Amino acid sequence: MKKALIAMSGGVDSSVAAYLTMQAGYECIGCTMRLYDNEDAGLAAEKTCCSLDDTEDARAVANRLGIPFYVFNFTDLFREKVIGNFVSCYLCGKTPNPCIECNRYLKFEKLLERAEALGCDKVVTGHYAQIVETDAGYQLRRGADHSKDQSYVLYMLTQAQLSHIMLPLGGMTKTEVRAIAEAQGFVTAHKRDSQDICFVPDGDYARIVEQQSSITPEGGDFVDLQGNVLGRHRGLIHYTVGQRRGLGIAVGKPAYVCGLDVPNNRVIIGENKDLFEDTCTLEQVSWTAGDLPQAPVRCLAKIRYRHPAQPATLTFTGADTAILQFDEPQRAITAGQAAVCYDGDTVLGGGTICGTGSVQVQAE
Amino acid sequence: MIYADHAATTRLRDCALQAMMPFLTDCYANASGAYPFGQAAKKALEDARRQIADCIHAAPSGIIFTSGGSESDNQAIRSAAEIGARSDKKHIISAAFEHHAVLRTLDALRADGWEITLLDVGERGIVSAEQVAAAIRPDTALVSVMFANNEIGTIQPAAEIGAVCRQRGVLFHTDAVQAAGHLPIDTEEMQIDLLSASAHKFGGPKGAGFLYARRGISLTPLIYGGAQERNRRAGTENIPAIVGMAAALAEACAEMESESAAVRRQRDAIIAALSEIPGSMLNGDAEMRLPSNISFCFAGIESETLLLLLGERGICASVGSACASGAAEPSHVLRAIGRSDALARGALRLTIGAELTDSDRQTLIAAVRENVERLRAISHR
Repeated sequence: MKKALIAMSGGVDSSVAAYLTMQAGYECIGCTMRLYDNEDAGLAAEKTCCSLDDTEDARAVANRLGIPFYVFNFTDLFREKVIGNFVSCYLCGKTPNPCIECNRYLKFEKLLERAEALGCDKVVTGHYAQIVETDAGYQLRRGADHSKDQSYVLYMLTQAQLSHIMLPLGGMTKTEVRAIAEAQGFVTAHKRDSQDICFVPDGDYARIVEQQSSITPEGGDFVDLQGNVLGRHRGLIHYTVGQRRGLGIAVGKPAYVCGLDVPNNRVIIGENKDLFEDTCTLEQVSWTAGDLPQAPVRCLAKIRYRHPAQPATLTFTGADTAILQFDEPQRAITAGQAAVCYDGDTVLGGGTICGTGSVQVQAE
Repeated sequence: MIYADHAATTRLRDCALQAMMPFLTDCYANASGAYPFGQAAKKALEDARRQIADCIHAAPSGIIFTSGGSESDNQAIRSAAEIGARSDKKHIISAAFEHHAVLRTLDALRADGWEITLLDVGERGIVSAEQVAAAIRPDTALVSVMFANNEIGTIQPAAEIGAVCRQRGVLFHTDAVQAAGHLPIDTEEMQIDLLSASAHKFGGPKGAGFLYARRGISLTPLIYGGAQERNRRAGTENIPAIVGMAAALAEACAEMESESAAVRRQRDAIIAALSEIPGSMLNGDAEMRLPSNISFCFAGIESETLLLLLGERGICASVGSACASGAAEPSHVLRAIGRSDALARGALRLTIGAELTDSDRQTLIAAVRENVERLRAISHR
């Protein structure tokens, strides 16, 4: 019998993914990745581990399904690859997406290696996206439930990885998934979807950056596009491109963060219209669809998870770097986020936005 | 199944089960009862106390029954700290590789203003009496050094440490959870003031243990209530478990010589075979170690996976301690003997028992060797 390793987070989605994999005739092993401890999340060591309840929920579901369940301690790797990147990204004036790094290094690298060691052909997760085997190889496609589609956070998967991954929820809606969980009596059936970054339970990511880096960022100037000083900011890590709330400055019209000027420790303030740009550069580009295209590629591109894909042209400038040019300017293209290219529902590939470049203080 | 995790827990000895049965069935009286039915329970309790005291050459009045090793460690250290504090002695000496029951108690005392010195245990994993002597200060209230380590099995020079402490007028506590029933213990000759033990590590039932305190050392209760255990540990005595513990310890001590010779022979054969695996490293001193303990680091593998693969082949092994979720924790013991984090991730602890046959041993060795090689092949791709 084929064996599958199910990545169970203790949520409803991965619980149902485990059930569906069993129904599909696989011998299943459930596992939870222990990714961080209290210190990593900035909490007292003596407190009950903040991820423990979720682990116990995953264990309860595995017990109910009658499958073995293991907890893997990946805290070291997570600290290095995910929290470390998260912190350095913020300190560089970027806005990271740690879920993507976790998928890249933990779920679909480390866990795939564990699966192989345990003799499992497949790793199974509860992501809402579809993997389709075609004559031209594996295709990663958007989840059937477009409101839940998570193909964006999976763009980094290679053909080799796709051949060892199963996403049983890809063709389902959240409502259907909850109905299965309820029918199976899973303790996770009514859990709400996780919203926050897992290791920042209170959403105060600036605190995590300060604790992990032992750097207290210095305050600096808010400036307008002409370089006029508008006030003082609390440190760059507290701001992200497109942000309007919590700036504490009054300039007579709605003010937005248009850019972070890291060398001069300045936050650049402008109007909504100043947020629109049509070009960005990408690094760490991977091409899900197979070999790198030589010619520029017409595609629909997303610059953040909730961004509706827009027509654009992607041109490779190196083995893993590219320029993405949108047909129309897009609002708040943010360094550190991923840009993902689609052909209809199919993911072609993507990369990390490293530069936008056009919002600068002009008077200098 | 090959059970090689005796340091975690052991099978209940038949003699213990037989001794317990009457107290789980007909003889259910509370030992505080004034009627003959209660007096029978009281007699069983005191017989057990005497039996246990004999096993470690101590006075019966010095034995108090607890729920296990952790409670005994907590109470021993708390009591010694309180005694010290009465004469302004707020310094405690212990070792970096102690069990968490000791280390966490010391953390709590540190937070309350005690000063804690944790001695280095060196690559061999042994604390010397000289180190202890050098660390003792006028304000030292307690030296707490384990009798034998739970992860790497190294045996500490308890008698020498005891002699230093007695001479310098400092209390000596030893966590003997891994040693009781497995190594000869003589509290008088070794000059041990306080000693912790746990029943299920020597074939007794879980949830029972004892604390020995030399005459004249007043113990601070952790649990307040009735006058049981001479006001030192409240709560109705767990007679079945206590009786089972005493029977198990008596048998373990009677069979110690023959049993440990046999176990040691198997241990040495396994250590010799596993040492031949390239990139393997024995943890802790080769000579001064518990007869049952085999502890290795294998470079380039993660023991988390190794344990699961061994488990699939019916072999119960371990790495050391686990966190609340059941995930393997990086070992503070391996760190204490200077193993790098990368090497410590590839640790394996096998703690064998007398029931291990020659054929089990060969299966065990082959399974470890094959799986270490397999995991290296995967991670080196």
